[in-house]
Amino acid sequence: MGEPTTFPLVLGLDTFGDVTYDDDNRPLSHAQTIRNIVEQGVLADQVGVDFFGIGEHHTDDFPLSASDVVLGAIAGRTTRVRLGSAVTVLSSDDPVRVFQRYSTLNAISGGRAEVILGRGSSIDSFPLFGYDLADYEELFEEKSHLFAELLKGGPVTWQGKTRASLSEQDVVPHTESGPFPAWIGVGGSPQSVIRAARHGFSLMLAIIGGSPSRFAPFSKLFHQALETLGHAALPIGVHSPGHVAATDEQAREEFWPRYLEVIRHVSKTRGFAVPTKASFLHEIGPHGALYVGSPETVAKKIAANLPALGANRFELKYGMGGLSHGALMTNIELYGTQVVPRVRELLHERGH
Amino acid sequence: MTGGAPRLPRIAVLGAGHVGPAIARVAIAAGHHVTIAASGDPEKIALITRVLVPGAESQWAADAVRDADIVVLAIPLHKFAAFDPALLAGKIVIDTMNYWPPTDGVQEMFEDRRYGSSEIVQRRLARSTIVKTFNHIGYHELEDERRPEGSPERRALGVAGDDPGAVDLVADVIERIGYDTVRLDSLSAGRLFEPGGPVFGASLPRTEFELALSVEPSSSRS
Repeated sequence: MGEPTTFPLVLGLDTFGDVTYDDDNRPLSHAQTIRNIVEQGVLADQVGVDFFGIGEHHTDDFPLSASDVVLGAIAGRTTRVRLGSAVTVLSSDDPVRVFQRYSTLNAISGGRAEVILGRGSSIDSFPLFGYDLADYEELFEEKSHLFAELLKGGPVTWQGKTRASLSEQDVVPHTESGPFPAWIGVGGSPQSVIRAARHGFSLMLAIIGGSPSRFAPFSKLFHQALETLGHAALPIGVHSPGHVAATDEQAREEFWPRYLEVIRHVSKTRGFAVPTKASFLHEIGPHGALYVGSPETVAKKIAANLPALGANRFELKYGMGGLSHGALMTNIELYGTQVVPRVRELLHERGH
Repeated sequence: MTGGAPRLPRIAVLGAGHVGPAIARVAIAAGHHVTIAASGDPEKIALITRVLVPGAESQWAADAVRDADIVVLAIPLHKFAAFDPALLAGKIVIDTMNYWPPTDGVQEMFEDRRYGSSEIVQRRLARSTIVKTFNHIGYHELEDERRPEGSPERRALGVAGDDPGAVDLVADVIERIGYDTVRLDSLSAGRLFEPGGPVFGASLPRTEFELALSVEPSSSRS
């Protein structure tokens, strides 16, 4: 991957706000689910997690549509953890408003805000806000360009087809100390990698199925695109789903039935293949995308994949519809107190 | 590049998104000459080609297609309505696309559910010969799941088309890439490979793939 990464190691957690269940296996209300996420973010801060991200969704089983509001609540009760979207569906949002919301979060949190821009794998926001999915490319290209301009600070002049033009427009609140970190989440489109490089966004590889190593060429593409454009190197991160429990067996047993149920549900509307126990075991093994197991198992997998992908950041997407709030809190605690230090130790041993 | 040995079919991949580079890469590994084209100037995809598909050449679509024996159509389905059929006249074309409204939005052209998406593609590309395959394996699995011939783990891919010669030509490429094939004799039968069908996304060896197809037809064709 060329020269070793020089960016600090960042180990974070992401949630999509999956509805959690109570001890009698009944779904909690949207409101309670959201209050629980605030508690989860606060715990992440306490146990030493570096980043806490919330993905935007608009469905009954993922009711977390206003991530920045929840992040604001977490910001008010924490001092250390960095807070961001994972992802913000920029194409169906207004870049000016996204900048204002996250610049506000940055102010509240004392400079801890980040934003990850992307499409995500769900498209519910397009009809909801009156956008046509067929315009996705143009929407994302124009809006990510505008967002890059807004991040620079200072008056913005911009013209495009997807929103009103801006002329020497001052957009507030101003950030205190330069742009906050912004990423583009990429699920497999090489053009998105090039776009991230062109606009000067960092690259977040969303690896949710299959072998993580197949993404290594994307890291190379990102480096080479930055170099060709004459830009300085930028960080690369990895986002993948998983679940940590005290033992491998417990993690598997808690996660597998929920995962099966969620993917089976999603497969009806999106055509995904329904996983089998065999395909699941492959995904949680060394050549799969899921990080499910004891702290040691999960730490080893993270420590193996980050250097292979030229990445300095990992975000574990924890939670799966139907798991209990208690199981998620245990996951977060184990991740912060055991996985994070163990990954640091393993990577340090290898000279990273 | 010319020689006495029978040469492998030349392949042109149209599309440099998720799917196109993945197919181009495995085709190169199988020994094929591969070109790759997107809409417009090849310079725009030169870096993607160099890094992700070493050994392939990026070209203008018309140039890539002219010299190809097989064209792989790997563009987003919603761009197909604006695609110029004349570009592919006289060519054998692999249709890798899926109609998947919850992910891609509703496409008027593909809403007639009496027909599979590849039948609709064939009707529009009337002067081309369409073969349906690659649509039911994740692009992200295409490299990892390859196995040599005879391996008990070797996965099967379905290949469907109305022209048996074209089906065989494409199936031979796929077997060289690293998959067994199950050949169906019509694009209509190829509807079984579509999202929601019995083999979509399923990693199955040949006998199980055939079994999955044989137990489903009445329900998905009715």
